Amino acid sequence: MPGLFLEKIEKRFGGVVAVRDVTLEVPHGRLVCFLGPSGCGKTTLLRMIAGLERPSRGRILLDGEDITDQPAHRRRFGMVFQSLALFPHLTVAENIAYSLRIRNVPAAERRRRSEELLELVRLPGYGGRGVSQLSGGQRQRVAIARALAIEPRLFLLDEPLSALDAKLREEMQLELRLLQQRLGITTILVTHDQREAMTMADWIVVMGTDNRVHQTGTPLEIYRRPADAFVAGFIGTSNLLPGRLGEDGRVTVGRVTLRVEALPAGALPGCAVTLSVRPEEIPVLPGETAGENHLPGRVTFVRDVGSSVEIHLDCGGMAIVSASTPKNRPALRQGDAATAVLPPAACVVLAA
Amino acid sequence: MIAERPQGALARLTLLYPAAVLLVFFVIPFGIMLAVSFFRREPGGFYLVEFSLANYGNLFTALFGRVLAFSLLISAFCALLCVAAGFPFTYLLTRMPRRRQVVWLVILVSVLSLSAVIVAFAWSIMLSQTAGVSNLFVRLGLLDRPQSWSPGFWALTCGMCYVAFPYTVLVLYPPLARLDPHLPEAARTLGASPLVTFFTVIVGSLRSAIVAALVMVFAFNLGTYLIPQILGKPQHWTLSVLITDEAIYRSNLPLAAAMAVFFMGVSLALVGMAMLGGRRRPGGAA
Repeated sequence: MPGLFLEKIEKRFGGVVAVRDVTLEVPHGRLVCFLGPSGCGKTTLLRMIAGLERPSRGRILLDGEDITDQPAHRRRFGMVFQSLALFPHLTVAENIAYSLRIRNVPAAERRRRSEELLELVRLPGYGGRGVSQLSGGQRQRVAIARALAIEPRLFLLDEPLSALDAKLREEMQLELRLLQQRLGITTILVTHDQREAMTMADWIVVMGTDNRVHQTGTPLEIYRRPADAFVAGFIGTSNLLPGRLGEDGRVTVGRVTLRVEALPAGALPGCAVTLSVRPEEIPVLPGETAGENHLPGRVTFVRDVGSSVEIHLDCGGMAIVSASTPKNRPALRQGDAATAVLPPAACVVLAA
Repeated sequence: MIAERPQGALARLTLLYPAAVLLVFFVIPFGIMLAVSFFRREPGGFYLVEFSLANYGNLFTALFGRVLAFSLLISAFCALLCVAAGFPFTYLLTRMPRRRQVVWLVILVSVLSLSAVIVAFAWSIMLSQTAGVSNLFVRLGLLDRPQSWSPGFWALTCGMCYVAFPYTVLVLYPPLARLDPHLPEAARTLGASPLVTFFTVIVGSLRSAIVAALVMVFAFNLGTYLIPQILGKPQHWTLSVLITDEAIYRSNLPLAAAMAVFFMGVSLALVGMAMLGGRRRPGGAA
């Protein structure tokens, strides 16, 4: 089986479970993202793959070979740490060529390779500098180049961009993703930033505070069809409405009954469900209008940040947020009567 | 954080306190010693207040040179041994759980509280022929008969290192505890075995801390006075012993003062050189 395969991985620290029963496949050449809030075990999972922690249970296989007990320094993986962990006593070139020096690669070859890598991360001519003379973004690039120096079998990134400011982070996300695609290197990225995950990943693994994997899928699958309320709330923003499933397959939310297109497998009439509707799927009409899936209410707040407009509504005690572009912006102000429309195709019914 | 510049009379008053402590406890005593080192000895009395360089001229004897060299060498040697043993020890200590670290540190600090007299006599008994560890080695079949290892150079080394070791650990502890734990981990993922990681990354990145520890322990060792007299033969006596001898038993305070001033000058010069050497870094980084 090519690629990385995790089989029933579990990690306990004393009595505390950090990672619970993870089975996962990372295909060759893909970028897979472990996404979750802090404390969900995503970093621990990555550290087990790197060999820095030993799983309490389960196996790790790479291209069919069991590497669970292989020490970190024999795995030939490249890892970028959250703190970057650049060696402060070495120059940029010495940092990048560290893994080659360990392997007794001749000095001329080391110099050639580190120049090549500096070219790759767009820092040509920086080899002789000290690490402390670099900016945050430059250090980031050096850490990436250092991890790539040995042509690793697996490229592991532990929140590598979290120390950068927002603008630089967005730039680096693109750059890193393009680099990964160009090199075709199998990569695992750990992040708590859903936007970063959706920008970079082929495949996202969503982990929750219960240290379990909640959903795996492509970014859009996860966004459009979240598996449960946690995923719906964590990936982007969503209106999560508690409701009850009726005999006719409709969902009653508050005082209104809504038509929906799809129901979760095994949902029984009468059971409690959560309705998830993305803000950008909800049009808002001025005034109180009646119709299918119409929720009349009142505008409580308008957040207009220029590029997008959010309208907050109070629909019979339920808070609903709608988002639209400035072009489609409904002419509504705080206090106006308005109606939110929940299109049946946009209503995702989740087990409560 | 940048300290605010003190303003107003009250603020200036608070600066007086450290200045006064420095003056009363360091500047004045040293000034007196410096002055006395230029005075002339009065045989049978104390000293006469008159300026002469004779004391410094009298320093340049073969005995003084030999004792000075020995003091510097044994202090440096013991500092090297202590740092060589203390660095890995402290590194492993900082990787322990917090609670266990505290236990070890308490034990180390309690060793510091032992007086040098107790330490020296304990070692002289341990290394003696009649009751020492050589008897144990005879029992284990490692030696033919018990041997006397004290007094001697190695006995002195043991005693000095014993006293300096906890001090070394306390000096090395803060920089090692602050070391980013991801540095050794990064080295591991880059293919370095734990041993290679230790020498290339941990020792490498803490070079200046190691030099600082060497200098501090060296300076600490220079003051050794009791241990050489108990664990060393007369040829192992340090300059501190010679100075005491001169000052108390021969009542030659001006010569003793001159010795002390000269000793301090040489030590300061050595310390300064070591600090300069330790500050240099690759890549021209500040």
